[in-house]
Amino acid sequence: MNRRDFLRASLGSAAAALAPGAVSARENLSPAPQAVGMLFDSTLCVGCKACVAKCKEVNQMPPTPLGDEVYADFAQDLSPQTHNVIKVFRNGSPQTKDSPTDGFAFEKRSCMHCVDPGCVSVCPVTALVKHPVTGIVNYDADACIGCRTCMTGCPYNVPQFDYDNPFGLLHKCEFCNQKGLERIDQGLLTGCAEACPTGATLFGSREALLAEAKRRMALTPGEIYNYPMGDVRAPASHHEKAVPKYQQHIWGEREAGGTNVLHLSAIPFDQLGMPPLGERSYVSISEGVQHGLYSYMALPAVVLGGLTWLVKRNIDEDQEGDEQ
Amino acid sequence: MSQYQPLQRRILTLPFAFLGLLALIGLYFLIERFVNGMGAVTNLNGGFPWGIWVVYDIVVGTALACGGYALAVTVYVFNKGQYHPLIRPALLASLLGYGLGGLGAIIDMGRWWQFYNLFLPWQMNFNSVMLEVGLCVSAYILVLLIEFLPTVLQKYNAETWLKRLNKVLFFVIALGVLLPTMHQSSLGTMLIAMGWKVHPLWQTLHLQPLLAVLTAFTMGFAIVMFEASLSAVGFRRDPETQLLSGLGRIMVGLIAFYLLIRFGEILLRGKFGLLFAADLASLMFLLETALFAYPVLVLRSASARNSPRALLYGAVSLLLAGALYRFNAFLITLDPGPGYSYFPALPELMVTIGLVAIEIMVFLFVIKTFPVLPRDHKGPASHG
Ligand code: SF4
Ligand code: SF4
Ligand code: SF4
Repeated sequence: MNRRDFLRASLGSAAAALAPGAVSARENLSPAPQAVGMLFDSTLCVGCKACVAKCKEVNQMPPTPLGDEVYADFAQDLSPQTHNVIKVFRNGSPQTKDSPTDGFAFEKRSCMHCVDPGCVSVCPVTALVKHPVTGIVNYDADACIGCRTCMTGCPYNVPQFDYDNPFGLLHKCEFCNQKGLERIDQGLLTGCAEACPTGATLFGSREALLAEAKRRMALTPGEIYNYPMGDVRAPASHHEKAVPKYQQHIWGEREAGGTNVLHLSAIPFDQLGMPPLGERSYVSISEGVQHGLYSYMALPAVVLGGLTWLVKRNIDEDQEGDEQ
Repeated sequence: MSQYQPLQRRILTLPFAFLGLLALIGLYFLIERFVNGMGAVTNLNGGFPWGIWVVYDIVVGTALACGGYALAVTVYVFNKGQYHPLIRPALLASLLGYGLGGLGAIIDMGRWWQFYNLFLPWQMNFNSVMLEVGLCVSAYILVLLIEFLPTVLQKYNAETWLKRLNKVLFFVIALGVLLPTMHQSSLGTMLIAMGWKVHPLWQTLHLQPLLAVLTAFTMGFAIVMFEASLSAVGFRRDPETQLLSGLGRIMVGLIAFYLLIRFGEILLRGKFGLLFAADLASLMFLLETALFAYPVLVLRSASARNSPRALLYGAVSLLLAGALYRFNAFLITLDPGPGYSYFPALPELMVTIGLVAIEIMVFLFVIKTFPVLPRDHKGPASHG
């Protein structure tokens, strides 16, 4: 192969690797077979924040004060001290709960434990790991270098870095199953699901929760339904309530590859501040491009070989030229 | 006789002292950052985890430092030996730029004392674009150090070492071409993972790596032209216009190709309407495009490419264009959702300014004491 041919070949393959379409994205990942999850039904949530208080108790985090007021938790959003928060969303003048116009609704924010998590894909040092059986996304502070790439890669802005601490770390919900707590492994529920008095936060396997969500979708508004509380597979108790006008959409069934935490609501999810996500996870595309590039550059090793030969030849030619 | 020589000028000048002052201010806030945490000096938050430290020091800074890369490709891969005289200052600037990027990365790491995890094979996540960037940038800094070594050896007349080094240098140079291609394209891939938060005008999915490499390349050529024109003006040296006009031609071609892809993507994906949204993003896009288009317009004709002034303006425009492209994509038009906004705090800015000041001071010091600049054909470097 002479230099011209090599150049043409290597440029050609580089172009092919960089060209759109030539690089196929990998598929979205699939839910872990025994994935655990939660179902948050916004229409059941009364905004009592028992889940927020319980979360702080279980995870040993201080309450967020409002000015000097510390008698209750006033967390407005996720933060290094808040892994789970209840937010209020309004539309127009907030008069009727769960009404898409002039209404308001409570919305729970915490890690969605994505099926194809952006945070896990982008973390350079494997400090975020998705458990192969439960699907829970855990954090390893001893591995983390604090680069905060996970925050950019999370479609829900969940991971929170503690900027105010020179030795700070990353904070996010770990389904109450982090080292030293392991509530799920012990057969308990997440703190928030256990504390919720209305069943708005329901624990269970992703499969059972999805089935429950589909059941609710099929109900007729106004009809009385017996809502379970605790673990959907073995409810701690039930309560009867008229069925609201659900949006025919189970958030998390498919969004960006799906999540293990599912949401139901009577008002559209974008009004609840959920991000504009398609079905394809972004990291399935970025990983595809990344691996595609490197396999085309096959790679890098072969290219390096070619480059080395080329550079040496050009330098030698130059030196001959100098001597003449 | 070497074709390079040190610029024998006074080191302690007034501008140098001013840079020193900026450096001290930056260092002060840097100490504050390590004592009280990043929150004490930055405006970073949950929606904007990356501020100017990442976006300027690493994303833009390493692209500005692509002069050595662009020239190495031209000289060693495409065998255009005539550009050889430009290579040492370009390498020096690259070394400093990437050094700054590496330093910036450590400063910005929230858990910097564990940085070595990046190099432990059992910790590496090979799906992570960030891992690729981290490893390639670290390796490239080493490569640049070796590439610059001949200059140092020459100064101390270490002829035997120089000969030994020359025997393996070709391999290092080849690495120096491969590594930036890899991590610059990865910086683009990073934007894919950032997903919907990246404004649609900048979210080009599969095209991100190509656009990133192209802009790095054009900025590499532009910085070489900028440095050479500036040292011609600033130190009243022979302006090497002939060489630079050749680079100008390459640059025009690259930008035209880049613009074609950029607008093709916008048209094909039906995003044209966003250009006329009259919001911040559309404004920024127009500004960015104007800055890219200017050098093409000015340097189209051969006569313009022979004017040092036109070359300098074209280079500056392109540098701003490339920097703005990355700032726009990673920061200015980034939208992580309601409730989040970011503008750098003054101390945060001062840290970056201080680091850049240090970079320039080291550059000036090295070209005045080491044989970096091409020999001045006008005669002995005695004036000034
Ligand atoms: S919501 Fe964010 S932090 Fe939680 S698993 Fe998904 S990507 Fe990771
Ligand atoms: S901040 Fe920590 S967990 Fe997040 S991506 Fe960086 S190393 Fe991984
Ligand atoms: S405990 Fe249940 S009802 Fe109360 S705020 Fe939390 S989710 Fe809503």
